[in-house]
Amino acid sequence: MKRIIPITVGVALVATLAVAAEVSPENVAFDEYGAVSESLTGVAGDAAAGLKAMETKSQGNCFACHQISAAADIPFHGSVGPSLDGVASRWDETQLRGIVAGVKNTFPDTVMPSFYKSSGFIRPGDGFTGKAGTEPLPTLLTAQQVEDIVAYLLTLTE
Amino acid sequence: MTKTVLKGAITSVAILAGAGMALAEGNLVINGDLELTTEAPAPSHIEGLTTVYSGWVFRDSFTQAMEMDDFDNPGMLFVDAGEDMWNEPAGTSGKACADCHGDASESMAGVRAVYPKWNEAAGEVRTLEMQINACRTENQGAEALKYGKGDIVSLEAYISMQSRGMPMNVAIDGPVADVWAQGKQMYYTRTGQLELSCASCHEENYGNLIRAETLSQGQTNGFPVYRIKDSVLTSAAGRFVGCVRDTKAETYKIDSSDFVALELYVASRGNGLSVEGVSVRN
Repeated sequence: MKRIIPITVGVALVATLAVAAEVSPENVAFDEYGAVSESLTGVAGDAAAGLKAMETKSQGNCFACHQISAAADIPFHGSVGPSLDGVASRWDETQLRGIVAGVKNTFPDTVMPSFYKSSGFIRPGDGFTGKAGTEPLPTLLTAQQVEDIVAYLLTLTE
Repeated sequence: MTKTVLKGAITSVAILAGAGMALAEGNLVINGDLELTTEAPAPSHIEGLTTVYSGWVFRDSFTQAMEMDDFDNPGMLFVDAGEDMWNEPAGTSGKACADCHGDASESMAGVRAVYPKWNEAAGEVRTLEMQINACRTENQGAEALKYGKGDIVSLEAYISMQSRGMPMNVAIDGPVADVWAQGKQMYYTRTGQLELSCASCHEENYGNLIRAETLSQGQTNGFPVYRIKDSVLTSAAGRFVGCVRDTKAETYKIDSSDFVALELYVASRGNGLSVEGVSVRN
């Protein structure tokens, strides 16, 4: 019993440090072309976790709009957005991070949502309830999910 | 009774689909004899489109076929319920719709095609749902009905059927001009955390897939719509609530003046398309 307490405290400390190291949505440094050079977390992205976040409807739900030949086992890829095949040969890591986190800094008129943005919305809602939400909203993706997805996208070289 | 029949209809259609019945592509012809206009030149007041299409065009052949035969169209059961309402006395007046309006096939012909429209006496733009409730509360002494689904949409469906095949012809100028302009602004406003406007999907991306769903132009000429996924008949305002909600936004109230404006504007985008009476969508 007594041994458990220090462990719990230790975990809480680590969690606090990890949160503190994250770049908050308001502080993401987009350059004039929309790229973000610094990692949002300082933790290397996990490509497998990134694909999972892209597939999950309550997270990225990227396949709602985009197609990826390498992920053909995932059913029903949408056609609203461009194919992501070879995306890593068209964009570098900093550009991909900027596009995933806040695409309108790269393409001002795109219909693509901003996945690491928490405020500045018109009629912000509380999820899909239709009720009013209070900004800052939870971001669509966490900072680490952005990094994970960038890591996956960097595998799409052809 | 109605529910039993409804289930029977859906089951028999499901069997057809399971058999992989392929249906010819073509025009929307109801019961083999009434051809509806599902494609028309865009009205001159719509800058973002050159051609307007009924939502029917974007549906799979199975869903399309359900609308082509009134025996297969589950929406027709709601039309029957609406006809009963038309003839039944309601409220303290003891009067039915028919007592003042007579034969709906004469008095209501063309009505659906011009709504939402200006009501001079009330000094406001009214949707068909609003007009039904105004009649109930002011003339019949009956309670107002909730918008979106249920009895009011059944009655709307019966009224809408009296205009089936007539071209949508909603007025956009004169006393409705300001409300129309408000609706247009709403149409292009990107709401919610997903920052999507009506135009993001229904003007910029109609014909494209969201997962397995083909986006339509979001035209309202087919309303009320029987939605297969919900098994209910829905009014345009009812659909709008869900659409705005799905942008992760605080949606507008179903009976708000905002949605009246949006319904007027969206209806005007479909001027030239046929009123479908009751349509079937997925």
